Amino acid sequence: MFQLPDLDGLFAALHADGYRIVGPTVSAGAIVLAELDRPAHLPYGVRVETAPGHYRLRPGPARQAFTHTAGPQAWKEFLQPSPERLWRGTRDDEGFRVDAAEEPPRPTALLGVRPCDLRALGILDGVLGDGERYARRRAASLVIAVDCTEPGEACFCVSAGGGPAARSGFDIGLVERPDGGYLARAATDRGTDLLARLAAPEASDVEVTTARKAVDEAAARMGRRLPEVDLRDLLTRHRTDDTYWSAIAERCLACANCTMVCPTCFCARVTDVTDLTGEHAERWQRADSCFDPDFSYVHGGPVRSSTGARYRQWISHKFATWHDQFGGSGCVGCGRCVVWCPVGIDITAELHALAQRDRS
Amino acid sequence: MNTDPAPHRYRVVVNRAETPDTSTLTLRPVDAPLPAFLPGQFAMLYAFGIGEIPVSVSGRCGAGGLMHTVRAVGAVSRAVHDCPPGGFLGVRGPFGRPWTLPAPRDADVVVVAGGLGLAPLHPLVRHLRDHRVRYRSVAVLIGARTPDDLLYRAEYRRWRADGLDVRVTVDRPLPGWNGATGLVTALLTGLRPQPGRCAGYVCGPEVMMRPVVRSLATIGMPTSRVELSLERNMQCGTGHCGHCQLGPLFVCRDGPVVPATAAENLLAVREL
Ligand SMILES: Cc1cc2nc3c(=O)[nH]c(=O)nc-3n(C[C@H](O)[C@H](O)[C@H](O)COP(=O)(O)OP(=O)(O)OC[C@H]3O[C@@H](n4cnc5c(N)ncnc54)[C@H](O)[C@@H]3O)c2cc1C
Ligand code: SF4
Repeated sequence: MFQLPDLDGLFAALHADGYRIVGPTVSAGAIVLAELDRPAHLPYGVRVETAPGHYRLRPGPARQAFTHTAGPQAWKEFLQPSPERLWRGTRDDEGFRVDAAEEPPRPTALLGVRPCDLRALGILDGVLGDGERYARRRAASLVIAVDCTEPGEACFCVSAGGGPAARSGFDIGLVERPDGGYLARAATDRGTDLLARLAAPEASDVEVTTARKAVDEAAARMGRRLPEVDLRDLLTRHRTDDTYWSAIAERCLACANCTMVCPTCFCARVTDVTDLTGEHAERWQRADSCFDPDFSYVHGGPVRSSTGARYRQWISHKFATWHDQFGGSGCVGCGRCVVWCPVGIDITAELHALAQRDRS
Repeated sequence: MNTDPAPHRYRVVVNRAETPDTSTLTLRPVDAPLPAFLPGQFAMLYAFGIGEIPVSVSGRCGAGGLMHTVRAVGAVSRAVHDCPPGGFLGVRGPFGRPWTLPAPRDADVVVVAGGLGLAPLHPLVRHLRDHRVRYRSVAVLIGARTPDDLLYRAEYRRWRADGLDVRVTVDRPLPGWNGATGLVTALLTGLRPQPGRCAGYVCGPEVMMRPVVRSLATIGMPTSRVELSLERNMQCGTGHCGHCQLGPLFVCRDGPVVPATAAENLLAVREL
């Protein structure tokens, strides 16, 4: 582990290497992910207060930039941007000509990736990694993780199989200290190379132990937890528990917020468009949600016409069928869906309620 | 799997009206052809500027050309259905899991098609006909709304001549129809497949497939020997858009042809 007094040197090295840096910053009352010119744009002195359907910025320690939990955006936005043009075509004598060429992605440093979101990136790699555009963007990105010392009310990463410390999948891992300094570790050659150029001194054993302790303690301060039952089995068994699904449909607005903020939700729709002359056509891809009735449309109507069936699809995909499809859970416990649900539906509480139905 | 997002150009060389709203198109590649398709796989067909839809291969499926039977039900399928000889379509594929072929040697094979469901079964029926000697019996049961909705009607005579037991029924007879009327399951009467050496291939509306699987079981064909072809909304064909999910399945990748044992439980859950 190395000691960094601040992030100035890291920013300079990344910029010198041609990276754009994206990370958290404050905008319109929330922490958003945006391109950052300098460390001062990071959300220094900000804490967030979260609860189901509730998100407020509050004053936090002035010297620290990472005392906040996940905001409404997830990193997927930089790996699978929405909307995105897939190709364009022009009519010609042989019907039409398709031009799928795209600019090579900009090298991008993702700065401040929390351990939950780091796991989400790993999950997305498994889902979208064999797609060319995703793979190119992913290869052009450098991941700088920051361990969590301030988990929030809506966080449940520990019970989702993770924890406040970044374990793998990053180039550089940081722990932020109360004095605004950082302990940095590299996990890849690219990361090692960058840190070496900063000529940072090694951290002492005491410093490392103190920093680790702060992160370890965070594990005990999660605001929420998932029920300790086999969720895959629970959801499969309750697939036809129609009273439960219709009850939740009375609260759920099918607004799709939960799927939009979820760091692993990847569904997308394509739209074909033409200009007025009909000579030029384009195909666009944008984020889609299983809460949209058209999502499952086949001629004659949607397969999932009721809100209950759509809620069941969302929760069952995350916690049950994701295992079949990708060999693990689709939830990392970031708590975004709990916070950004306008009616405060809490996915952990719903799973507890479902588990409770087994007992009663 | 071909994840290239851009369609390949194909020229329509034949557009033959099959029924009042359905036509069969023969396509030839303009540029480098796509890899050969297998019976049961599907293509994403693109009408310039209008849109793209999943359509099964319904005949020729080698690298030299493709055949598709399309019913006009909406904007895109209408544009594809109407594409005249000399016109162009975009094609992506091949996608999905094909029918398991060949069926076991000396098997009793039963094919059940409802309506447009005969389209994805058509290349399979051709295979069975070409390899008829390999099997003990081959029955092809076809159901349609009316006699006018029967696909590939001109071929049934040849299929029979080549040793296929072709049985046809319609929901609503029209004047001049002297064939059977009623459900396609009624056509199973008299068939006695050997339970240990048989294969069933089924495609049609979902409401039809479940009773067919049950009826096949009652005449002795274990559900484990039956395959179905499913339909769901599909936009990418490569398991990336999420639309075609049916429980654990991505129908575009794990299907459209799936073992009936897997499909049965899933189709039994409403709005899954
Ligand atoms: C694996 C597979 C194989 C198919 N094979 C054939 C075939 O051989 N011949 C044939 O005529 N039809 C086939 N279909 C159905 C065909 O895809 C639909 O009829 C077509 O998508 C309707 O599109 P539309 O725009 O004309 O109609 P609309 O009703 O306006 O549909 C709007 C959009 O909804 C989606 N959609 C609507 N119906 C379906 C559907 N049934 N399945 C999937 N997506 C749908 C499409 O994205 C479509 O563009 C197949 C479907 C699947 C999934
Ligand atoms: S659970 Fe909440 S956020 Fe998700 S669709 Fe329903 S109302 Fe919207």
